[in-house]
Amino acid sequence: MNVYAIKAIYKFEMARTFRTIAQSIVSPVLSTSLYFVVFGSAIGSRMVDVDGVSYGAFLVPGLIMLSILTESISNASFGIYFPRFIGTIYEVLSAPVSPFEIVVGYVGAAASKSIMIGSIILLTASLFVPLEIRHPFVMLLFLVLTSLTFSMFGFIIGIWADSFEKLQIIPLLIITPLTFLGGSFYSISMLPPLWQTLTLFNPVVYLISGFRWSFYEIADVDVSISLGMTFLFLLICCVILHWIFKTGYRLKK
Amino acid sequence: MRPIIEVENLSKVYANGFTALKSINLEIREGEIIALLGPNGAGKTTLISIICGIVNASTGSVRIDGYDIVKDYRAARSLIGLVPQELATDAFETVTATLELSRGLFGKAPNQAHLEKVLKDLSLWDKKDNKIIELSGGMKRRVMIGKALSHEPRILFLDEPTAGVDVELRKDMWQVVRRLRDEGVTIILTTHYIEEAEEMADRIGIINKGELMLVEDKDVLMRKLGEKRLFLHLTAPIEAIPTALEPYELMLTNEGTTLIYTYDKQREGTDVTQLLDAVEAAGLRFRDLDTRQNSLEEIFVNLVNDR
Ligand SMILES: Nc1ncnc2c1ncn2[C@@H]1O[C@H](COP(=O)(O)OP(=O)(O)O)[C@@H](O)[C@H]1O
Ligand SMILES: [Mg+2]
Repeated sequence: MNVYAIKAIYKFEMARTFRTIAQSIVSPVLSTSLYFVVFGSAIGSRMVDVDGVSYGAFLVPGLIMLSILTESISNASFGIYFPRFIGTIYEVLSAPVSPFEIVVGYVGAAASKSIMIGSIILLTASLFVPLEIRHPFVMLLFLVLTSLTFSMFGFIIGIWADSFEKLQIIPLLIITPLTFLGGSFYSISMLPPLWQTLTLFNPVVYLISGFRWSFYEIADVDVSISLGMTFLFLLICCVILHWIFKTGYRLKK
Repeated sequence: MRPIIEVENLSKVYANGFTALKSINLEIREGEIIALLGPNGAGKTTLISIICGIVNASTGSVRIDGYDIVKDYRAARSLIGLVPQELATDAFETVTATLELSRGLFGKAPNQAHLEKVLKDLSLWDKKDNKIIELSGGMKRRVMIGKALSHEPRILFLDEPTAGVDVELRKDMWQVVRRLRDEGVTIILTTHYIEEAEEMADRIGIINKGELMLVEDKDVLMRKLGEKRLFLHLTAPIEAIPTALEPYELMLTNEGTTLIYTYDKQREGTDVTQLLDAVEAAGLRFRDLDTRQNSLEEIFVNLVNDR
């Protein structure tokens, strides 16, 4: 195991995060705060409680997930796309590193950043609404798993993309709608029956539901199903990455 | 002694069907400087890229110090430093950060003393905390060399290191290369500046259209193929070489305005004045004359054209 390589990639990537600290951390915190002001306080005060939880508090897990998904994808995809774009990827390809080590370095750094952002949003949220976390370990598990999985997914996009447009298009056209329709702002049970069924095909629903359960023990789908689905997504990403490195897809000519 | 690099029947067909390398066989000796010469598109970068693990070979194999570059890629690659042809740097990072990344990638523990030595050797020490984007083009190239040297490679690939580089940097670069060779580092370089291959290399390989046409000790190559020629620039073009001049085996070029005489190595000491007399006797006037020692470049052009 080339531990120095993992460390080096990780350090390099984290340095990028801290160099662009405003963009990396301040902006998600700011936008989440705005969500709280608008949805939590302004609109939320006129909303009824959801399953005994105030609307403001109900929002918190969904908003954290929303940020984690978008941040993981954009950060991890950029992290690998940029070296490909400017050509510095040659060094990683010529180094004595295994695909596993490369992924641990890049995805690990992106996931770390997401976890950091998630935690900061959680702290920010606690300034706006009274929070309780009934199952902190489950909460942490979802936080880590989701960050990892979607950082991997972002990494895959960053390898697949051959232009900046493509880099943007998946987060924009797929992830944003899925998260907005995935129960960040409402409980699935609020939807008409047909939509409730359709929603179950949305993977994000499972993440948000499980994550929210760890806070308030309210869930749209059983938490074990949520957890199972999260692992399934992780597995799918692993399989795709394995294939990418085996074939050299978009990395080697 | 076993060669440090063994390339066997290596070929490359790119995804678009283009054959960039045709069954290359090459052995590189430990500690030598070998120059790969070839026109643009000959396949030099492809060859280097395959050896370094950036491009997949279509067929054939490469061993570095006995390690197969696919099966034992870790052992093989950890011996290699690569300075690619294209300038590609982490623009927003500092010089130090990017060298530290390189060293780590190659599995080496951080070593400030070595980093300092590399940066000083490349005259980058006072720029170590600068972001790369703030550096000039030549400085960026130094950084790329620094990255390759940061992990103490035993084999160094320099792909057209002096293309677009100013004189001072070029001199510095060769100084670094010589020092590395003295330390026992094997150096493989490609260059368009043939005088440099002539000046720097121990052996020279000539690549054209994906084929390695020859690999030869530079001195042998120079002796074997080096010619000296006399150029006579005529005042007026002629249709054909006068019969009186036939014994001299002249060549007529430049639309009949230039006569070329090749000094014969076997008949060393042929009197040139004799030739000039004969030219005058044939009624030809020339406005200028010069002699040229066949440079590697001409050897090279001859070879490539002969095929
Ligand atoms: N990715 C690629 N796909 C198809 N053809 C390529 C690719 N890369 C290089 N080539 C072709 O292969 C040939 C050799 O290229 P290269 O190895 O870069 O030559 P050199 O370095 O000697 O100039 C060129 O004709 C080039 O156009
Ligand atoms: Mg080239």
